Amino acid sequence: MTMSKTTLRLAVAAGLAGLMAAGAVQARDFTISSWGGGYQDSQRKHFFKPFGDSKGIKVLEDTYLGGWAQFKAMQETGNRPWDVVQVENSELIRGCEEGLFVKLDWSRIGPKSSYIEPAVSECGLGVVVVSQLVAWNPKNAKAQPNGIADFFDLAKIPGKRGVRSDPKGTLEFALMADGVDVKDVYKVMNTKAGLDRAFAKLDTIKSQIQWWEAGAQAPEWLVSGDVVMSTAYNGRIAKANKDGHGLKMMWQNNILYVDKWVIFKGSEHVDTGYEFLKYFSDPKREAAFTNDYTYGQPNREAVKYITPEVMAALPAGDHIKDALDTGREDSVEFWLDNSDEIFERWTAWKAK
Amino acid sequence: MTIAPVADDALTGTTTLRLRLRRSERRRRLRAYALMAPLVLFLVAFFAVPIGSVLYFSVANPEVVTMLPRVTAALRDWDGETIPDEAVFAALIEDARVGYADRTLPKVSLRLNYEVSGFRSLLMRTGRKAKRMKPPYKEAALARDERWGELIYWRTLKGNGAPVTAHYLLQAVDLDLQWDGSVQRARPEQRIYIQNLLRTLWIAFVVTLACFLLGYPVAYMIANAPPRLAKVLILMVLLPFWTSLLVRTAAWVIVLQKAGIVNDALIGLGLVEEPLALIFNRTGVYISMTHILLPFMILPLYSVMKGIPPEHMRAAASLGAAPARAFLRVYFPQTLPGLAAGCLLVYVIALGFYITPALIGGGSDQMLAYLIAEFATNTANWGLAGALAIVLLACIAVLYPLYHRFAGAGGMKLG
Repeated sequence: MTMSKTTLRLAVAAGLAGLMAAGAVQARDFTISSWGGGYQDSQRKHFFKPFGDSKGIKVLEDTYLGGWAQFKAMQETGNRPWDVVQVENSELIRGCEEGLFVKLDWSRIGPKSSYIEPAVSECGLGVVVVSQLVAWNPKNAKAQPNGIADFFDLAKIPGKRGVRSDPKGTLEFALMADGVDVKDVYKVMNTKAGLDRAFAKLDTIKSQIQWWEAGAQAPEWLVSGDVVMSTAYNGRIAKANKDGHGLKMMWQNNILYVDKWVIFKGSEHVDTGYEFLKYFSDPKREAAFTNDYTYGQPNREAVKYITPEVMAALPAGDHIKDALDTGREDSVEFWLDNSDEIFERWTAWKAK
Repeated sequence: MTIAPVADDALTGTTTLRLRLRRSERRRRLRAYALMAPLVLFLVAFFAVPIGSVLYFSVANPEVVTMLPRVTAALRDWDGETIPDEAVFAALIEDARVGYADRTLPKVSLRLNYEVSGFRSLLMRTGRKAKRMKPPYKEAALARDERWGELIYWRTLKGNGAPVTAHYLLQAVDLDLQWDGSVQRARPEQRIYIQNLLRTLWIAFVVTLACFLLGYPVAYMIANAPPRLAKVLILMVLLPFWTSLLVRTAAWVIVLQKAGIVNDALIGLGLVEEPLALIFNRTGVYISMTHILLPFMILPLYSVMKGIPPEHMRAAASLGAAPARAFLRVYFPQTLPGLAAGCLLVYVIALGFYITPALIGGGSDQMLAYLIAEFATNTANWGLAGALAIVLLACIAVLYPLYHRFAGAGGMKLG
């Protein structure tokens, strides 16, 4: 029965992995955890390596792939394998409330006013500004979308649509496409009728939805012609365009995600953590990263040093005038309160 | 008088001998145990502890009892029919104050939010203000948030007044534990787990059947091929087996997609006009899972078939059996142990599949492991993740005796 034992372990592997990740780590060098891949390669080149060189220290790296499991393991074992990590807003608020992250002393980083509003939080400093928006391939689309409403209009633009397999963001898109103002989205969604309305709007295109899990799938399908339009992250589309694919982005009512750097409370490198945050938030350094990897930057000054071609694909300036920031309080509160119940409803709805 | 010492001597003699014997036996036994120890430790560490902890997580309910102890005690005698009195409110505010200060309130808030959406924000709002609240606490709490005037929040608190709960296990089978201990069906839009479990069992069944139909002839061919050819064939079965599951899954995406190899070939040959939908649906999941699991069917079948003497079939033929009859009555029954092993392996491994349906399936092709991963790693709801794992484990536990009946304990031989 050794094989079935393996399978059983598969079933509990996720839980175990969380525990194992917390394995004993004692005195170690300053460690930063980010999201891996080409993204982290670029961060290493522009921030991690030069920071370590300037201080004459070794900077270790690890990869974090979202979710709360690893933090829960850290809480339960008391281990702190990382000193600084890039988190999403829901984990940011949760970790801040539960006392896992340091409440930032802004005098040690820079004045709050030098950062765009969504980049400043009690326990976190913005890392990058990522936008989820509607993208399409002019070679394949039978018509071009002029607004978020067109994405939900099968009569106007028939064909498959790529949509992220997650209620977060997708329900917001549906309500905005149904005419809800960006500032009222969560007020509406907080009512039973409002949530029903979001699902009803999604029902209108459900037969043509192709769900994506990984950010790389959206540009892939747009290029291969599997879908006529897709929601996507702007950086992924920009990267495909660097490879010469000529995809287009539609900025109306795009959704912003500003991940944050946090410092672990109880880490032996809190001071180095602050120094890193200060080093990171230099506008010229941020701009150099953005010219390399097309995500927006928290420092207001950074735009001065970004090339015009990159600016055109960036969630900044006019592109975010009617964007929805998922870091704003009503958004975070709504999802912390409702994500369990909505996840079940979403799963049931998707399988119908 | 002289006898006694002799007898005594004899007696001591036998006693020491017996003692020595016993000692040496004990030593031998200890040595045997010592040899077994690594195995036992391994089993405990990688089998008993994980399964035990999964079991524990699926019923553990420590949050409310330990983090809101005063209000838990105060609600013990509450009848559940009217809004509680000042004493209970005072206990709640004190718990909220302490919990907010020592940072446990967010955890218990999220726990209660599993059962009533919005409980988190209610408790956190109250906690933020608790330090400055003055008696009467009932009025103060209601002024802060009028939801404290609704029974559902109090009943949920009372319902979690014990350190163990059946909540997660019941939720994993679409049932809802009420505050008074009664059980109801979950609301229709929350019923996802049974449907998902049935789908998981069904996908695993279809994949097993497909592996049998495809794998049996292959195993037969390898077992009866000349040795040199058999080696090449075995290598062809094993090669993909050594490739990472993720790589094989990604390869199937390329093969099956709209502008993929299969569709291009079909269109090129003029067999179809529009590309077939082979991916992001059940078809793609069946194809790729069958391919990935095929070696688990072929190898045990091959090992059993290799041991069947060819004389048996010849004997059956010489006794007048037609090939089909000889195969069904003589050959096939002898392959049953291998078949049972192969089917069980494929079925059980298929039940735990996660990444392949996630990348190749559509919205209605996700299996139970997808949900388990979601709860275990993303939301860290280990209670529900544990309960779902227990349900899956129970399904496999039911299968094992069935396998025993067909194959016998020694039926599984791998290679």
